[in-house]
Amino acid sequence: MEFVEKARIMDGPRINRALARLASEIVEENHGADDLYLVGIRRRGVPLAERMADKIADLEGDRPPVGVLDITLYRDDLSTVGAKPIVNRTELPGDIDNRSIILIDDVLYTGRTIRAALDQLIDFGRPRRVQLAVLIDRGKEHRELPIQADYIGKLVPTKKSEIIKVLLREFDEDEGVLIVERPATEVV
Amino acid sequence: MMQPVFNRKHLLGIRELEVGEINHLLDTAETFRDVSRREIKKVPALRGRTVINLFFEPSTRTRTSFEIAAKRLSADAVNISVANSSVSKGETLLDTARNLEAMAPDCIVIRHSMAGAPQHLAKICSAPIVNAGDGAHEHPTQALLDALTIREHKKHIKGLNVAIIGDILHSRVARSNIYLLTKLGAKVRIAGPGTLVPAEFAELVEQGVRLEQRIEDAVTGVDVIMILRLQRERQDTAFFPSMREYAVHYGLHPEHLALAHPEAIVMHPGPINRGIEISSEIADGSRSLILDQVSNGVAVRMAVLYLLAGGGRSEVEEVIGPKSNGKRKHRETRG
Repeated sequence: MEFVEKARIMDGPRINRALARLASEIVEENHGADDLYLVGIRRRGVPLAERMADKIADLEGDRPPVGVLDITLYRDDLSTVGAKPIVNRTELPGDIDNRSIILIDDVLYTGRTIRAALDQLIDFGRPRRVQLAVLIDRGKEHRELPIQADYIGKLVPTKKSEIIKVLLREFDEDEGVLIVERPATEVV
Repeated sequence: MMQPVFNRKHLLGIRELEVGEINHLLDTAETFRDVSRREIKKVPALRGRTVINLFFEPSTRTRTSFEIAAKRLSADAVNISVANSSVSKGETLLDTARNLEAMAPDCIVIRHSMAGAPQHLAKICSAPIVNAGDGAHEHPTQALLDALTIREHKKHIKGLNVAIIGDILHSRVARSNIYLLTKLGAKVRIAGPGTLVPAEFAELVEQGVRLEQRIEDAVTGVDVIMILRLQRERQDTAFFPSMREYAVHYGLHPEHLALAHPEAIVMHPGPINRGIEISSEIADGSRSLILDQVSNGVAVRMAVLYLLAGGGRSEVEEVIGPKSNGKRKHRETRG
């Protein structure tokens, strides 16, 4: 599908600096990295979690474990989506009991993905605490559930018609964050 | 991003499936295998959905496997076992199906002694139908779980040599497996008593399936040996002189295993007739994957139920507002 690019709000270096700041905020808030366990939400939360773990390792010496959540089976819209979404692996190595979990995703929008991630996490154990870190927060007015981020790379107030595209070199040719809009003529 | 490539309404057989669809089923099953290894072996994907297991033939393993699969997806599973009656089967099936439809199931799993029963049900029911074995026709989930087991141990299927031994005539497992394995590029050999290898299989020779008279020739150098269950309940005509003779000529013994590839694996769909088609030594030995097959059966059936009973039921994709449309097309924008 074609998009109209409206603005490029972050480039590679800015993403990197935002992640560095988030890493130091996380370490400060949690008094170190001892109990930390990072969990990336597929797809783009996963490379962000890996990068964040590297940055925490730079600060504290120890690299926290990184897990991967695929929330597909916990989605609340499974009964309404047309095609069945592909189910990918969830991998949470070791034990999450009593750990401080940092859930990581690229964009916080309605909060429904995070709800699904929390439900799934609880099926795997009983973390001491779960916090949420996102690269982009699209603003509280879009939230459909009482969910907020603890660590925010950038707050970007957007309209519903707009789409935030996060491009990461692990998946995309480019690196950056774009605001795009669907052409008005297209009927979806 | 890869698009889902299994959009069929029913799973009636392997014969009509494309390679991409088979691989998608197997890939999905692989992720579901993880669920059964967790402490909480349940995901909410099919919450509020009803799966009916309609079994016209006795079955413990397959029925239980479908039931567990449904429950691990949070669906409600209802088991109906219908003893074969003397009533005309077509009529019974039709009536039963209509009654079940009235209870609005989201999926019907059917096993029936008559080939084509699931196809018949698919024509009259609006719910997705899964064939759990129809007569001597097909048993698609068995072939899928066998393929998943082979893939787990051999990493791939293409190019493998697979021997299928035994009562081919009565075996829906053999038929589904031959279709699946040849589609995925394995080289299949079949062997059994002449009376139990139907003439129709001769046409498979053109597709590269090798027919062997002797078990020794069939297993030499193969990577996978699939032993079929001797279906004693279907041997009402004299296909071979005695059980003992069958065991001597077509039972799998350690000396046969020695002819196969050193890392050959042995599979059997169960339940096994110890000492007839397979010796206990092999069935309980390290090369036997019979119990792995059972575990993989649950994963495969979860994948099938998820792909058929999960997701929207409407043929036309619902339009539920711009936000949801955006969510569907672009994971970037999801909450």
